[in-house]
Amino acid sequence: MNELSASSRITYRAVMVQPGVARRIRGLSDRTLAWLFITPTIVLLLAINIFPLLWTIYLSFTNYRANRSKVPTIWLGSDWYQSILTDPDIWAAMQVTAHFVIWTVIIETVLGFGLAYLIDKKFRGHGMWTTIILLPMMLSPAVVGNFWTFLYQPQIGLFNYVVAFFTGRAASSFQMLGDVTLSPWAIVIVDAWMWTPYVMLICLAGLRSIPDYIYEAAEVDRASKWRQFWSITLPMALPFIMLAVLFRGIENFKMFDMVNLLTGGGPGSTTEVASITLKRAAFESWRTGYSSAFAIILFVTVFGLANIYVKALNKVKSR
Amino acid sequence: MTSATAAHSVVEPSTTTRRFAGSLVVLYAIITMIPLVWIMLTAFKSPDDAISYPPKVMFKPSLEGFCNLFTTRSRQTPEFIRSLGPPEGMCDSIARDRNMVVAGPSNYVPRFINSLIIAFGSTVLAVALGTLSAYGFSRFRVPLKDDLLFFILSTRMMPPIAVAIPIYLMYRTIGLSDTRLGMILLYTSVNVSLAVWLLKGFIDEIPREYEEAAMIDGYTRFQAFVKVVLPQATTGIAATAIFCLIFAWNEYAFAVLLTSGNAQTAPPFIPIIIGEGGQDWPAVAAGTTLFLVPIVVFTVLLRKHLLRGITFGAVRK
Repeated sequence: MNELSASSRITYRAVMVQPGVARRIRGLSDRTLAWLFITPTIVLLLAINIFPLLWTIYLSFTNYRANRSKVPTIWLGSDWYQSILTDPDIWAAMQVTAHFVIWTVIIETVLGFGLAYLIDKKFRGHGMWTTIILLPMMLSPAVVGNFWTFLYQPQIGLFNYVVAFFTGRAASSFQMLGDVTLSPWAIVIVDAWMWTPYVMLICLAGLRSIPDYIYEAAEVDRASKWRQFWSITLPMALPFIMLAVLFRGIENFKMFDMVNLLTGGGPGSTTEVASITLKRAAFESWRTGYSSAFAIILFVTVFGLANIYVKALNKVKSR
Repeated sequence: MTSATAAHSVVEPSTTTRRFAGSLVVLYAIITMIPLVWIMLTAFKSPDDAISYPPKVMFKPSLEGFCNLFTTRSRQTPEFIRSLGPPEGMCDSIARDRNMVVAGPSNYVPRFINSLIIAFGSTVLAVALGTLSAYGFSRFRVPLKDDLLFFILSTRMMPPIAVAIPIYLMYRTIGLSDTRLGMILLYTSVNVSLAVWLLKGFIDEIPREYEEAAMIDGYTRFQAFVKVVLPQATTGIAATAIFCLIFAWNEYAFAVLLTSGNAQTAPPFIPIIIGEGGQDWPAVAAGTTLFLVPIVVFTVLLRKHLLRGITFGAVRK
């Protein structure tokens, strides 16, 4: 209370200095103030997100090409949507994306939950080691992708050297980024390196949210550790695991930067995830109408996933 | 401490379990750090050491990578180099050992400055807009509140390339392509959704009674916001600002598609640093190291708020 009256004295002095501004603002009702506070954000999002989105929807029905803007624009109807949904290349890209999303999510969830479970044992120095483990996820995916290309170099790369050291194969006998069967795994490895900490952090919060008394009750009932894990730990941490899975799923469905720098979609199109197909169509072959339609299809997919995600968020929140 | 442990002995892990768990986690941490440490070591290697086989852990430190990062060089004949005066500075003498002379500064510094301006500019805007909206959503009855909040979050869900197509056309039309202002506005729009969600969480935690007491003391609502809520929310605002800063600092997709020279930031520039005959790995590593150091510092500062940041404020400790 003392603090408040001290600061109020300072305010009165400030009000004396600028009576005009203060009076004008003082006159505002809560309702006006609410809109005054919220409108700028909404306007910005309308201008930079929603208006362009509507424009994309319009373009997706036309033959517009950004590099030939003088050619008259013709309305094509849903032609692009039909050709995309029947295009084998698009389905190939979707399969590559699915492989990437499914494997990264599985590996990150297993490793992340395992790590969180171990960290939750609160050994000496767990705070410091947790911070160290978290570092990769804070870095720029593009810069990470770029320096992993160095680690993946066939002759000089550290990754190949380590694999060669443990398996006895020659370090130059395999190319993580140039081989059709290895490159889809190369991008999975980098993503797992970078994002396992993310899943770990959310799982750790889940594990820490389980109150001790439940375990104490289980001990009293002589439930084995194994049983406690399957009947208490896992079900109670599940909403958090789901949250992490959904978020990683959405993020990796949109994945562009890391893969673009690691492989650029190659060799051939074996690592061409949906975003790279989209970028090639939009900014290399300049098929603006076609790529707009593909962008809308991707956006609708992500939006559907996002809806599920927000529902999961609310479930976690209500705990 | 010991009495507390004894009281919880049924659920507290045993010393053996702790040691076992600890050693596995430490092992993972060490393995996960190897790529980062390796890139930082490479920054201090000479080009020959960087590409030697087997990879060198012990080497003679060299600043050639940093010199190559900051300068451009041109190859000259030994006769020409002998005809020059004494080398100007360390980088020039390193270059002359390789029959080259320093031709001028590289683009790394301008790109780094672009990164700084765009990251800080968009962070200030996003946090300012985000704080106002978050307060609005936290304290007032806003019609369609949940729908608006979901709308704000959903803008973050769009694939960046899908957003980049119309933004590219729009910026070309209104003359914002390859400008810092254009990138600042774009990053602000991406960051503002995070800022609103995070800050709403932080402001929700400040008891309304503080403002109500201040308003009874004669404050208007706006004064109460400025004098009571903002000081209370400082930690939350700082944490949010660092998250926005990190996003804008790390962003690549928009930067590589929408900028070409003038407003290009460091992430699209670092991968295209090339020397004679392929990528100049020590220079790339030096550029990467300088670029990553601020993030490492920020991560350590943020560690208590990381969880909130990455889940849009949904999970709090």
